[in-house]
Amino acid sequence: MEYEYWLACIQGISVQKKIFLKECMKTAEAIYYIEETQLQKFEFLNEQERNKIIQAKRSGSVSSDYQAMCEKGIRFIPYFSPDYPARLKEIPDYPYALYVKGNLPDARAKKVAVIGARRCTPYGEKYAVDFAKALAGCGVEIISGMARGIDGMGHRGALMAGGRTYAVLGSGADVCYPREHIGLYVDILEQGGGILSEQPPGTAPLRHHFPARNRIISGLSDVVLVMEAGRKSGSLITVDMALEQGRDVYALPGPVNSSLSDGCNRLIRQGAGLLLSPEELLEEWGIKSEGFARDGEKKVKNQKMLESAEKLVYSCLGLNPKNADQIVRETKLCVREVMELLVSLELQGYIREISKNYYVISR
Amino acid sequence: MSFSTILSAVIEGLQAELIHVEADVSNGLPVFHMVGYLSSEVREAGERVRTAIKNSGYEYPAKRTVINLSPAALRKRGASFDLPIAVAILVSLGQIPPGSMKECLVVGELSLSGHVKKVPGILPIVMEAAKQGITRCIIPGENVSEGALVKEMTVIGVKTLREAAEALQGRACTGKTEGRRQGQKGSGEQKNPEDLPGENSGAEEADLPDFSELRGQEHVRRAAEIAVAGGHNMLMIGPPGSGKSMAARCIAGILPPLDEKESMEITKIYSVLGLVNEERPLIRKRPFREVHHTATRAALTGGGAVPRPGEISLAHGGVLFLDELPEFRKNVLEVLRQPLEERCVQISRTYGNYRFPANFMLVAAMNPCPCGCYPDLEKCTCTPLQIRMYLGKISRPFLDRIDLCAEAPRVDYRSLTGSGTPEECSAEIRKRITKVRKIQADRYRGTDIQNNAMLRAKDLKRWCRLDGQGERLMEQAYSVMGLTARGYHRIIKTARTIADLEGEENIGTDHLKEALSYRMVDEKYWRR
Repeated sequence: MEYEYWLACIQGISVQKKIFLKECMKTAEAIYYIEETQLQKFEFLNEQERNKIIQAKRSGSVSSDYQAMCEKGIRFIPYFSPDYPARLKEIPDYPYALYVKGNLPDARAKKVAVIGARRCTPYGEKYAVDFAKALAGCGVEIISGMARGIDGMGHRGALMAGGRTYAVLGSGADVCYPREHIGLYVDILEQGGGILSEQPPGTAPLRHHFPARNRIISGLSDVVLVMEAGRKSGSLITVDMALEQGRDVYALPGPVNSSLSDGCNRLIRQGAGLLLSPEELLEEWGIKSEGFARDGEKKVKNQKMLESAEKLVYSCLGLNPKNADQIVRETKLCVREVMELLVSLELQGYIREISKNYYVISR
Repeated sequence: MSFSTILSAVIEGLQAELIHVEADVSNGLPVFHMVGYLSSEVREAGERVRTAIKNSGYEYPAKRTVINLSPAALRKRGASFDLPIAVAILVSLGQIPPGSMKECLVVGELSLSGHVKKVPGILPIVMEAAKQGITRCIIPGENVSEGALVKEMTVIGVKTLREAAEALQGRACTGKTEGRRQGQKGSGEQKNPEDLPGENSGAEEADLPDFSELRGQEHVRRAAEIAVAGGHNMLMIGPPGSGKSMAARCIAGILPPLDEKESMEITKIYSVLGLVNEERPLIRKRPFREVHHTATRAALTGGGAVPRPGEISLAHGGVLFLDELPEFRKNVLEVLRQPLEERCVQISRTYGNYRFPANFMLVAAMNPCPCGCYPDLEKCTCTPLQIRMYLGKISRPFLDRIDLCAEAPRVDYRSLTGSGTPEECSAEIRKRITKVRKIQADRYRGTDIQNNAMLRAKDLKRWCRLDGQGERLMEQAYSVMGLTARGYHRIIKTARTIADLEGEENIGTDHLKEALSYRMVDEKYWRR
C-alpha cells in the first residue's frame, strides 16, 4: 500500500496515465523500482512526466510518508479498493484515490449535494439549512464543500438534524479551509460523517483544486441542489459537471430582483428541477416524510406565541435584512421600544442580528 | 551692585518649575557667558537680550557678564528667559533699583527692538508661582488675560522691556494692559460663564452642526444621548454619506458644561501648547478633537524628545473623534488602549516620567466593509474575506473598550428633505444630559468616579444591582448572545445610564434590553 500511496501522490500525471502505467507494470512497487531505461520505453509518458516519476523516487521515504498519513487518521482509498464509492467510479474522470478522514458515504443511502455561492443572503442561508435539515432527518446524506456561505450552511443543517454529512475539500483532508470552519470540521467527524479529498494530506487549498473537487461532490451524490448562485458563481461549474455525469439538478428559485439568485433562476429556465420543498424530493425516492410546516404557517404560528408589540415588530421582519430605523418607521414605535422588543425577540430566538442593527427572522 | 537674581519658570510636562536667573556684571573682558544646562534656544537669548537692552535706550557698558540659570540640573528650554535675563542685567547695571524684584516672577521673549512677545505655558507658570507664595508676575502683554485667570495673583502684562522695568519699580506702565487686568478682577467675569458667548472649545471655532440639522438617524441620536450622558465610548457603523461624521460633530453641542476646576485643568493643557485664545482664555466648553487617520502614535498620545501632550490630552474632559477607524494604523489604535482604561497617559523618557491627563470620551465611526454597503449584498462588492479583514483591522481588546455601538443607516429621501417633523435640537438634549450628569455626580460623591463609564467591575455591585428578573435576563443574554465578561459589565454600565436618563433608581429589564441592543458588534455577525 505504501507504494500505491507513493504513486497516488505524484502530481502532474493524469489519472488515466497512472492507471495505464500500473496495468503495464502490474504493481506500484514495480513502478517504484523501475529502471530509467525501461521508463523511456513508455511512449505515452512525455519527458516531463518521466522526470516527475524519477524525482518522486528520490524525495522522501515511501514508508514513513505513508505512516505519517495513517497517524493523522486518514485512510487511503485507491480506485481499485472495494471501499471506493461505486457511484464515483461511474464518472469519466474519477480520482485515482481518495484520502478520507472519518467515514465514506453509505452506498445504500441517498446522497444529496447542497451547493451554492459563498456570498449568500439570509434567504439562501435559511433554505440551505432547512432543506439539509429536513433531508438529513429522513436519512439522506448531505454532501458539500465546507466552503463559506451555502456549503457550510448545508453541513450545519444536516448536523442539526443529527444526520451524517460529508465534506469534499480542495485542500488535503487534514487541512481545514476556510479556517473559521474548524468547528464544523470537528462536528462533521463527530457525527459520523467524513472529510474527503483527492489531494494528499497537507496540500494547501490552491485555486485550481476547487473546480476539480466540485466534480467529486456531484459525482458522489444522486441529486445536486443549487440553493443560491449568481450569474458567474462557481456553483454553476458544479452544475455543468453534474449534468455531464448524469446527475439530477434542482435549483431553488429566488426573487427576480436578487442578482445572487440569478444563476438559479436561469438554471430553472434551462430545465433544471424546481426546488419547492424537501418532501417532493423524498416522495420521488419513496421516503416517507412527516409533514414539514410551511414557512407561512410557521410564521403565523410563531406570531400567536408573542405579545402584541413583539408581534408588530416580528411581522415586519423577513429574510431581507432590515435595520432598526426602518423598523421604527414602519411600526411607528419609538426607538427605545423597538430596540427593547428586538432584543427580547432575539433572546427568544425568533430573530437574528446579522450585522450591527440589521435583523432577519430566524424561525 | 553687580550681582542680581530674579525668578522665572520653565515648563516640564504640564508643570512649571521655578528657575532663578542670576546675572553678574563686573569689570573684565567684555564677554557674555551663559551657564546652567541650557538648550540652544536659551543660549541664543544672549544676542537677543544685549541688542534689546541697547535698542530700548539703555546703556550697555563693555563689561564681563555672566548669566546663571539655576537649579543647574534642570534642562532649560524655550524663549521665555529673554525678559528675566534682560531684567536681571538691568538690575546688575543699576538701571533698576534692586529691591523692586522681590517676590516677582518674570517671563517673556524679547525681540531685538525690545518688544516683549508671547510665550506658551503662562497659566501653569502663574499657578505654580501662586502656589509658591509669589504675589506678582510680569508676563508678556499678549498673555495677560491668560495669566489673569489665577485670581490670587497680581499679573502685569508688558509690551516692551522698558515697560517691564517700570512695572518692576511699581510705576504704572502705559496702562492698557494693567487696566484690563483690573477690569477683569473687578467685574468678576469668571463667575458668570453664561455671559461669555462663543467660548473657546479647543476645536476650531467653525460652527458645529446642531442635532436639529441631522436628518433621520433616530437610533444614532438616542445612542449619542446615552453615550454622552454616561461618558461612554461609542462606535458608529454605517455606509458612506449616512451622516456618521455629522452626528459625531453634533455630539460637541450636547456635552455637559464644565465646572471651574475642570476648566482650569483643560486650559492648562492648551496653555502649554500655546493654544489659548487671548480674547477668551478660559476654556468653558468641553473640547471636541477630530483626528485624521494619518495621525502618528506620538501625535495621539503625546511625546517627542521633550514630551508634549498629544490629541488625547487635548481631548481631556471632552470628546476624541476618530473617523474611518479601520484606516488608522493598527499600532496607533493599540496605544489608545491603556489611556482608555487609566484615563491618563504615562510617557517615559530616560530623564523622567510625564503623566498627561486623558480622560476623554471616544467616538469612532467606520464603514461596515471596504465598499460600505454591507449587508446590502445587491450593492456590496466585497468578498466575504474582505469584510472579515476590514473588521479584523480593529483588535478585539480595542473594541472591548467601547460601550455603545450603533448603526447609522443610509438616510432616505423623505428624512433628507426634512418634510417630516422637525428634529429635536441639541440644547434640549443637552439639558437632559446635564441633569443626568448631576445625578451621577451626586451618586459618586466622595469617590474618584465622575460618570457611569468610569465604574469598575467591583463598583457595579454597589451601584448597579439587578433584581431577580434582570439577573435572569442577563443570564439568558450571556448564553444566547455569547457575551464576554467585559461585554457583560459594559451592558450593565450602559443600562445604569439609561435608567438615570429615565430618572429611575433601579435598573429594570427594559433598561437592560435597550443596553443589550447597543452591544458591540461581534465578528460572528460579520461571518459569512
